[in-house]
Amino acid sequence: MENLIGLLIAAPLLGAAVLLLGGRRLDKAGHWLGTLFAAASFGIGVALFTDMLGRGAEDRTLHEKLYTWIPVEGFQADVAFQLDQLSMTFVLLISGVGTLIHIYSIGYMEHDERRRRFFGYLNLFLAAMLLLVLADNYLLLYVGWEGVGLASYLLIGFWQHKPSAATAAKKAFLVNRVGDMGLSIAIMLLFTTFGTFAFGPVFASVGNATEGKLTAIALMLLLAACGKSAQVPLQSWLGDAMEGPTPVSALIHAATMVTAGVYLIVRSAAVFNGAPDAQLVVTVVGAVTLIFGAIVGCAKDDIKKALAGSTMSQIGYMILAAGLGPVGYVFAIMHLVTHGFFKAGLFLGAGSVMHGMNDEVDMRKYGALRKFMPVTFVTFGLGYLAIIGFPGLSGFFSKDMIIEAAFAKGGTQGWILGGVALLGAGITAFYMTRVMLLTFFGEKRWQPDAQGHEPHPHESPSSMTIPMIILAFGSVFAGAFFEIGERFLKWLEPVTGYEHGNSPVSAMAVTASTMVVLVVGVALAWSMYGRRPVPVVAPRGSLLTRAARRDLYQDDFNHVVLVRGGEHLTRSLVYLDHSLVDGVVNGTAAAVGGASGRLRKLQNGYARSYAVSMFGGTAILVAATLLMRAV
Amino acid sequence: MSTMAAARGLLTLAAGQPVDRIPAPHIEYAQLAPTLIVVGAAVLGVLVEAFVPRKSRYYVQVFLAVAALASAFAAVVGLAAGGYGSDKAHIAAMGAVAVDGPALFLQGIILLSAVVAVFTFAERRLDPAAHGNRVDSFAAQAASVPGSESEKAAVKAGFTTTEVFPLALFAVSGMLVFPAANDLLTLFVALEVFSLPLYLLCAVARRQRLMSQEAAVKYFLLGAFSSAFLLFGIALVYGYAGSVSYAAIADVVDGTVTKIDPALADTMGNDAPLLIGGALILMGLLFKVGAVPFHMWTPDVYQGAPTPVTGFMAAATKVAAFGALLRLLYVVLPGLRWDWRPVMWGVAILTMLAGAVIAVTQTDVKRLLAYSSIAHAGFILAGVIATSAEGVKSVLFYLGAYSFVTIGAFAVVTLVRDAGGEATHLSKWAGLGRRSPLTAAVFAVFLLAFAGIPLTSGFAGKFAVFKAAAEGGAGVLVVVGVISSAIAAFFYIRVIVLMFFSEPKADGPTVAVPSPLTMTTIAVGVAVTLVLGVAPQYFLDLAGQASTFVR
Repeated sequence: MENLIGLLIAAPLLGAAVLLLGGRRLDKAGHWLGTLFAAASFGIGVALFTDMLGRGAEDRTLHEKLYTWIPVEGFQADVAFQLDQLSMTFVLLISGVGTLIHIYSIGYMEHDERRRRFFGYLNLFLAAMLLLVLADNYLLLYVGWEGVGLASYLLIGFWQHKPSAATAAKKAFLVNRVGDMGLSIAIMLLFTTFGTFAFGPVFASVGNATEGKLTAIALMLLLAACGKSAQVPLQSWLGDAMEGPTPVSALIHAATMVTAGVYLIVRSAAVFNGAPDAQLVVTVVGAVTLIFGAIVGCAKDDIKKALAGSTMSQIGYMILAAGLGPVGYVFAIMHLVTHGFFKAGLFLGAGSVMHGMNDEVDMRKYGALRKFMPVTFVTFGLGYLAIIGFPGLSGFFSKDMIIEAAFAKGGTQGWILGGVALLGAGITAFYMTRVMLLTFFGEKRWQPDAQGHEPHPHESPSSMTIPMIILAFGSVFAGAFFEIGERFLKWLEPVTGYEHGNSPVSAMAVTASTMVVLVVGVALAWSMYGRRPVPVVAPRGSLLTRAARRDLYQDDFNHVVLVRGGEHLTRSLVYLDHSLVDGVVNGTAAAVGGASGRLRKLQNGYARSYAVSMFGGTAILVAATLLMRAV
Repeated sequence: MSTMAAARGLLTLAAGQPVDRIPAPHIEYAQLAPTLIVVGAAVLGVLVEAFVPRKSRYYVQVFLAVAALASAFAAVVGLAAGGYGSDKAHIAAMGAVAVDGPALFLQGIILLSAVVAVFTFAERRLDPAAHGNRVDSFAAQAASVPGSESEKAAVKAGFTTTEVFPLALFAVSGMLVFPAANDLLTLFVALEVFSLPLYLLCAVARRQRLMSQEAAVKYFLLGAFSSAFLLFGIALVYGYAGSVSYAAIADVVDGTVTKIDPALADTMGNDAPLLIGGALILMGLLFKVGAVPFHMWTPDVYQGAPTPVTGFMAAATKVAAFGALLRLLYVVLPGLRWDWRPVMWGVAILTMLAGAVIAVTQTDVKRLLAYSSIAHAGFILAGVIATSAEGVKSVLFYLGAYSFVTIGAFAVVTLVRDAGGEATHLSKWAGLGRRSPLTAAVFAVFLLAFAGIPLTSGFAGKFAVFKAAAEGGAGVLVVVGVISSAIAAFFYIRVIVLMFFSEPKADGPTVAVPSPLTMTTIAVGVAVTLVLGVAPQYFLDLAGQASTFVR
């Protein structure tokens, strides 16, 4: 079975190679090929999964070493894979949701001239993401990490003819570099501390490292996670990344890639467990982002950007849970999986709406679409219910667990974190209800597009609706399926470890208060957007609304502090380069040239002066030899 | 005084015993075959000049020279294969000539570079035909005064100086003996045997004859001057050690001599003659390799000599002279290395820096290459100073790599011509890459090799000598060497920039289409440069196997 692990990655990688190198003759079949390779990967994943279920919890982990990558004495890195329950979960999510989104894209990208390339990039992303979660050492993980970054960059900027898309791609890339620096520093620290990159040996010898070192490594890993998972302070790229085609937003910027940070933290659980200070920072980052994203989500009129804020916020939940340690790891991953279902479904729904509305993204120009797009309405609606945590649906179970675990942290910290998580649930209910109401309910507020075409909303083709329906099933049932009999907990516990926290508040009380904030949130949203007609042009809004529309001034902050600062730094460096470095270099060159010109004059063409030089040289040679003996 | 006493002792010994017969020297003809073949061919060449009709002399001479050099090379290979480079290495010809790894390796390089050099000597398609006769790079009649009637008559009659081939063979024979010489007299004789033909070869250029003759006179004067020093050094060392044999001198220097007669005991108390004599002999050899401050002949002679001769001289002389220097320092004077090493350090540093720095402002491509050769002599000296087997190996490799680059580069110089013959002024090379991309590219390869850019033989060689020097404790030399390489890279790259990124001049030179002879030379140069650059290990191992001197 081990041999199949490599194939998981090889299939989409081959697909990417075929599609990107195949040229125009594959234009007609490219999307089918891409989907086929993705489905093949999913098929292999399912085979490996059933095989894994057939074995006991202790020997479920598989290893496969492909070859020695860097065979240097004392610096060994292998291309080797590790498939355990954690990676298996990700493999199924990535290849499963990935395949669905491939299918969806067949319809969504139907009229795009560069569809083959799009599928090539999607395949490339799948391969890189699978590599990321299957690597058995940090160095190889880094390859996957950079690979998904590349795919993300290429796909955000897929419509490169739009300057906004090109800029957004660049922004995502640059912000991610900061996080990537963190990861590379973390890897260097890991290597100098443990002398190896491989997960097994590193985690086994965590006890030998000082807490200071572990904290440093953990903080660097967190920096990496912040970049990839759009957590404060490296969150600014995610909203702009919505410039990419909607399937990309669904797959990469909602369901899979942005959760890589969570994977990294949970995978490095042993390191984080040894660094409680770093764990505290993780929870703070998670809690701040959770509220931050939710507030941004409330104010956006662009449906995709509202969902992006929501993604940020939900990943904040996961990071928060991951920061809680063994109490939260399992729930972080569980929420990750359920979120993968409902957020992907929501994005696909948004894409479906845009598809029917001439690519309009402003929700204020939607309204009353439930009658025109029934399938989209129902699937989106189920996703909506799942994310706000409607009892019985996916989000209800997974989010509840995280809130409970946050309270279980204990002390003031527990109360604060729990309170924030609870508040977040309320805001989530508010902004998601707002999205729902603006899009599907109320009056028609449709506007003609720039070319003057009136929108004629219609249901999307079945290649798009079928994936939405499947994801809706996941949104509804995944949580309950995982939670009944604590299936997911038992499944993942051997890898991540688990301890039951002692919550000061009973589980019932948590659930009850969640319900209360949920109802409050929904009611507030209904009173603002359901009861009253919605203006097509956004009102000026309160100070907070205006701030949230500008992403709470994150870009302005970055611009003033980092961009301006960077400009000053580069300007001074350029000045230094011109005056000092160039001065030294040019000075040296001038000195050499001057010396050359002067020495050249010694070569005057007269044999007599050459003879003198030889004679003098000989005299010096003899004298020096004698002198050497004398001293 | 002590020398006198020794001489008197010898005289009384000779007078005391009646001489009944002179024992015939024991000569290992087979092991000396490479030299003997070349000498024989050179003598035959003289006879050819005397007896073969003028029309066919050229062909006979070229054939004779190439055949002799090729069979001599075959003999070298045969000897090496027979184990004379390693376990059968010994001293032949009554102690006069060593047959060992370094000698055979260097003889092989000298012979191979001589073959390709002779190809350029024989090139007759570059200059336009004079009065219907194809002409080569050499004067119609070297003895006629430049610009005189007799010169014009000689040109009209279609005379050519075919004597260059036997002269080259004589020079090669001296070069073959030079690195193998195992006593000081053989060393001196070999030096003169290869120097005198070179002086003559320098004088016989077809174009710019006055410059050529001036170069030859300068070379001769300074060469004679340095020979005098060398000879004086030999005399002093002989006076100190009582012998000219390397082994005997080495024993005295090391203090391991077994039989100390009173005269020797007298001298051994005072090392001054040894130190002075050793320094003078070193000076003679440093003159031949073109080390600073004995380098000043190099640019003038390189510029004035006919370009094929320059290429030959720059490559083969350097190989022979470094061979002799290695043997002197590793076989005769290792006991004195604490005396000569610091001095040689100074010479190497001066040579590297001066060669590189002065080259920066050169405007003539032949002078530029002359200074480049001086800088390279410095790099090789760094390897020599390592005083280790690794040092010998690196020097052997460097010499092999360097000679082919040099001959190839000068062969390219012969191709770029305008109405006045070769266009050696650098301004005329501007834009050559646009007109003759292939020629310019080939020259660029040679320049990159000179500069020591990876994937060329220059890099492998430089890396080897610097590594050996660093391991031998000469880190400072390596630093200076790298700085000099950086300076040198400037002027090599500048020529490349000039060729490829400058606008060609309207009245610029043209690239002549050579015969297959020069093409072969250039192709061999490029091939060796790239092969030694890409896969140097085999040749490094070969040089490593050949790095043990016999004592």
